[in-house]
Amino acid sequence: MSAITADLVPQQDVTYGRSPVAHFVTDVWVLVKRALARIRREPETLADVTFQPVIFILMFAYVFGGAIALPGGGNYHEYLIGGMLGMGLAQTAPGVAVALVSDMSTGIVDRFRSLPMSRWAVLVARSIAELLTQIISTVVVVGVGLAIGWRVHTNAPDVIAALALALLFGYAFTWAGVCLGMVLRSPEAAQQTGFLIFLPLTFISSAFVPTQGMPGWLQPVAEWNPMSALAAATRHLFGNPNPAATIHAWPMQHPELAVVCWSVGMLAVFAPLAVRQFRRKVLG
Amino acid sequence: MNETPAIAAEGLVKNYGKTKALAGFDLAVPPGTVYGLLGPNGAGKTTAVRVFATLLRPDGGRAQVLGHDVVTGAAEVRRHIGLTGQYAALDEYLTGRANLVMIGQLSRLTASAARRRADEMLERFNLTEAASRAVKTYSGGMRRRLDLAASLIGYPSVLFLDEPTTGLDPNARAMTWDIVRELAAEGTTLLLTTQYLEEADQLARRVAVIDGGTVIAEGTPDQLKASIGGAHLDVVLAAGSDLEAAIVAVKPFATGAVQPDPDGLHLSVPVVAAEGLTTRVVRALDVAGVEVNDVTIQRASLDDVFLALTGHASSTGHASSTGHASGTSDDSSTDEEKEESEAA
Repeated sequence: MSAITADLVPQQDVTYGRSPVAHFVTDVWVLVKRALARIRREPETLADVTFQPVIFILMFAYVFGGAIALPGGGNYHEYLIGGMLGMGLAQTAPGVAVALVSDMSTGIVDRFRSLPMSRWAVLVARSIAELLTQIISTVVVVGVGLAIGWRVHTNAPDVIAALALALLFGYAFTWAGVCLGMVLRSPEAAQQTGFLIFLPLTFISSAFVPTQGMPGWLQPVAEWNPMSALAAATRHLFGNPNPAATIHAWPMQHPELAVVCWSVGMLAVFAPLAVRQFRRKVLG
Repeated sequence: MNETPAIAAEGLVKNYGKTKALAGFDLAVPPGTVYGLLGPNGAGKTTAVRVFATLLRPDGGRAQVLGHDVVTGAAEVRRHIGLTGQYAALDEYLTGRANLVMIGQLSRLTASAARRRADEMLERFNLTEAASRAVKTYSGGMRRRLDLAASLIGYPSVLFLDEPTTGLDPNARAMTWDIVRELAAEGTTLLLTTQYLEEADQLARRVAVIDGGTVIAEGTPDQLKASIGGAHLDVVLAAGSDLEAAIVAVKPFATGAVQPDPDGLHLSVPVVAAEGLTTRVVRALDVAGVEVNDVTIQRASLDDVFLALTGHASSTGHASSTGHASGTSDDSSTDEEKEESEAA
């Protein structure tokens, strides 16, 4: 019976026979290109990772910054950028959720699932496309940072390590967004829920202000917040003011290791959860 | 049927909570035919298609496509099928061409083959001019065409069309019908769900009538129509003829009440179709001194079949070819079986 198809398709036109890994890579690549094509056609979708960090940096540097005193002294502009990196990365998570919820609701995921492609490629491609926008966000934050007087006081390996840590964290956090997209039903709900999680996460941390000024009961929350660990790690690796270094909480004493642990932990929890939810949602 | 069916189901069961979407659904579609799945909203048509297309796992029973089980051989099934659902499954932000190339590559075509095939499909579906525009600028008809093109790009030998013409204007519908006929001529097996009786009548070689998640009748459209036996004789009288005399003259042939039209010139006579019936009726009318302009036999429409089988009308009247008895079927039902898929 399959002869019908074999007669129809010219054999040199199909990729059957290649390894499953090659197929998976192709599927992911095709879907990443899909996400990038959308950005090319509508660059304004990048506003959340470009203009928004710029506005936040300018506001904190020139509006709130003057009122924030760093324990142990130091330049607030230099302090700010480590925090802004994390914020720019975490901020993309609601966008992932929205994109996935939209895909699920338009029926295009049904189309994908009726094709001989890898279904997990849908999720993996989304996370990789997001990593690419996170790189754009990072470049913007670094660029604006340099413009407002932020400087690096260490060497290239430390800077590379800082950026790599930030992107590792960003990629892991993306899977929280993927998970959110699998749980929620409408793009609006995804947008709002994402915002509600993202806002306290970034603000109850040392991203913008030192945790030492927070009420005693809130300080442990902020110190164990992964955003604080990322901010402390990048500040440390950039050689920027890092008041958290005097805090005894474990993540503040070992911020680099804490970021790796948080990232691995988030990946270990959210990726299987997202996959499980995806399987349940699409296989009724 | 000694040939392996291209699409087969045995006792399929699918429940959504307490709702039985499929309750022992059987089907056997011979290869290379257009098969119509006819039923009202919520009958289980979409659920059946989603099971065949490997999108839904059945709770019971078995389903096969080209001999491959849809659960255990899902990967193999996906190599051979195309699916066009009720809603265009496309990326709104990509161009028409980019959509087709993407789906072509995901259908395991090489990049260059996918591009070539995309251009072929754009040509075939008259979308070449719009190929470089984002899909969100397309009209409803263009979207459907692109969606159909997308489901064909991977050279499927079995194609599922779930209500492919619902919501289309008559032109777009006629175009879709032409494409279905072309594909059938090329040897593609098509399973087509529809609420439109005329569509099943026009396109399908065989039809299964589905209601309450199970097939309640199966056969060629002609067999189904014959199964309820009825036919109508439409008599058109010449102006000034005696209506009463005409009714008396045709009464011996009628199997039920003779229905005169308000204009006094048309009679609808329920009859059993038989050799020479028209001649005898004309003769009887002549003897009664009634002048006749036209006498035609109208066999039962699928509309009648549907009503007889399910006890409720199908969702639309405009499919009826004769116009009689279709007044019962004008309850418009535009809500699709979406609740089924959403409950998933």
